[in-house]
Amino acid sequence: MGERVLIAEDLYLLRDGLVHLLQAHGFSVVAAVESGPDLLKGLVELRPDVSVVDVRLPPTFTDEGLQAALEARRQVPGLPILVLSQHVEQLYARELLADGSGAIGYLLKDRVLNAGQFVDAVRRVAEGGTAMDPEVIAKLLASNARHEPLAALTPRERQVLEAMAEGRSNAAISQRLHLSESAVAKHTASIFAKLDLAPSEDDNRRVLAVLAYLNSR
Amino acid sequence: MFAHTGGMLRRLTGTAQVAALLGMTLVQVGILLFALPAMILTFTLGLVFLYPPAVRLVRGTAEETRSRVGAWSGVRIASPYLPEPAPPRPMTDGLYRYERTLYKSPRIPAWNARWKWLSTDPATWRDLLWLVLDPPVKLALLPVLLVTPARGLRVYGQWCALLLSATRTSVLRGQLTHLHQSRSIAADSQAAEMRRIERDLHDGTQARLIAIGMTLGAAEELVDSDPAAAKTLMSKARDTSAETLTELRRLIRGIHPPVLAERGLADAVRALAIDTALRVEVEVDLPHRPEPPVEAAAYFAVSELLANAARHGDARSASVDISSDGPSLRITVTDDGLGGADPAKGSGLRGIERRLAAFDGVMAVNSPPGGPTTVMMVLPKVLPEHWAGTLPTLPRWKAVVVALCWSLAWCPTFPQGVVAAVFKTFAIPEKSWFLALYAPEPFQWPIILLMIALGLGMYATAIAIPAKHNRDRWMAEVPRRLGLG
Repeated sequence: MGERVLIAEDLYLLRDGLVHLLQAHGFSVVAAVESGPDLLKGLVELRPDVSVVDVRLPPTFTDEGLQAALEARRQVPGLPILVLSQHVEQLYARELLADGSGAIGYLLKDRVLNAGQFVDAVRRVAEGGTAMDPEVIAKLLASNARHEPLAALTPRERQVLEAMAEGRSNAAISQRLHLSESAVAKHTASIFAKLDLAPSEDDNRRVLAVLAYLNSR
Repeated sequence: MFAHTGGMLRRLTGTAQVAALLGMTLVQVGILLFALPAMILTFTLGLVFLYPPAVRLVRGTAEETRSRVGAWSGVRIASPYLPEPAPPRPMTDGLYRYERTLYKSPRIPAWNARWKWLSTDPATWRDLLWLVLDPPVKLALLPVLLVTPARGLRVYGQWCALLLSATRTSVLRGQLTHLHQSRSIAADSQAAEMRRIERDLHDGTQARLIAIGMTLGAAEELVDSDPAAAKTLMSKARDTSAETLTELRRLIRGIHPPVLAERGLADAVRALAIDTALRVEVEVDLPHRPEPPVEAAAYFAVSELLANAARHGDARSASVDISSDGPSLRITVTDDGLGGADPAKGSGLRGIERRLAAFDGVMAVNSPPGGPTTVMMVLPKVLPEHWAGTLPTLPRWKAVVVALCWSLAWCPTFPQGVVAAVFKTFAIPEKSWFLALYAPEPFQWPIILLMIALGLGMYATAIAIPAKHNRDRWMAEVPRRLGLG
């Protein structure tokens, strides 16, 4: 049996769709809840391998899901959670990344439309990696636009940085940008040098370093 | 020596002012001699054309007296007149309407509106009464005016304030007009907003959904004969749905930003600060969340100002400070841009003003060329008052009265009243310290009843004073509760 996954989503159609999608890709769904309190209980008691959580949940329909996810990770550090939302906010991304332990994802709900990439992201988070929505990264880079070291990056390095910040491994980046893995490694090294970050072999730590750098302003 | 000269000078000016005041009486009598017959003729013979000039003359001299009295005696008298009616506006068919009649030209409706305005305003009649009574009052005050000009002028000012100041009605009417204006501005801008949303939904979302449906229909037809083409069409439909979502997200953000709904003003402004390219420092000091419409107005104002700073002002950093000042919400946005922002020119600033106007909010822009730009906005009385602990407390003397009543009312009620009555009824010879029983026989019962009445009156007072205070306080909050404040 595959990874144990918990789903929190209040819209029945979407919840059902997610259950089927993840089951079809070999996950075993241990719970599908629809409210904030249920979610927190499920997260802490079941400790699923990964959870897919909607930000807005009953009873208040505010940021119930996000709060439950943050609270669960306070109680169980590093609990892998992928947060889904109709809109992405850098503020929320920062809060999710704040503990620096990885195994976190934050994606627009739209990404579910591309099943392959979505399942990829869920797997990445389950394995302790990071999955940040391209829109979060785009906004992050836009708000850093006037930042000196970033302005010094070549367009290609920028693309690599974006993909890296989303949480992709070198292999995935090379596939996406049609580059050889060694070329990606070269770009990464150059980016790290320009941003004055300590190079790291570990993919996850690398991502977190980049995100922390971008958020440090 | 100097003090003496100063005193002399003051006395001299006072005397000169009194002389001028008395001189003005002649003019007033002249005006009265025209105005009074004109008004009488208006209402007896229907010579209505005499009415407006007569009223204008009376108002002129009254206004003149108000400002003169204000300057000379320090008794400030505000203008009491109702706001002038707006010129009639043609309806869609070009006709003008006054009540239930239609007119081709605006002249008659305008005249009717003016007539109503002049004749129903109580200030018109109060002015006239003042004009009639003023000469005899001056005559009566003559000794005081001549002996101590300063004091005389003050007394004269009080007399003028009696009839020339604004009545409650005119103050309320003025507020009502203001409310009407701000309400119609709010309604207009809301209607415009709805139209924009409707257009966006119609041209964007709806059109895209139709396209998705058609693409899927085409794919359905092709799925057997040409699976490859059907697959292409389906992925195209998926792309279109993703675009639709992006567009809807943008639209929703414009209507009500999700973070604002989820987290409130403080975090929404912080999110805004993170998203802009400026370095923004945010300071929010609010004990609770304001009501949603207030939050939205404040959010959009800050959003617009930060966008302006980045777009036109070429700013690099900015600071946002949101705090409560009693029941008022105070927002200050400062940036280090080029400055030169002017509400008269920028439509963005005008938009903010309009948005704030719905809450009686005001905005002050200080933006010298070269910067920095500081915009301060105040939304008065939009926060619940108890946050700031500014609820009006019972005045000290009233509190003392209440305490005395509570602590002493037992004495007249029971020992001096009820117990004395019992002693009297059963003819118990013991007099103890019951005052009534020491009085001569015919006064004993009245004194007992008086004592009981006094005691009960004290209890009633002790209950009534705080109750009235609470009621007043509640009434003062009513406009805010109704969303008018």
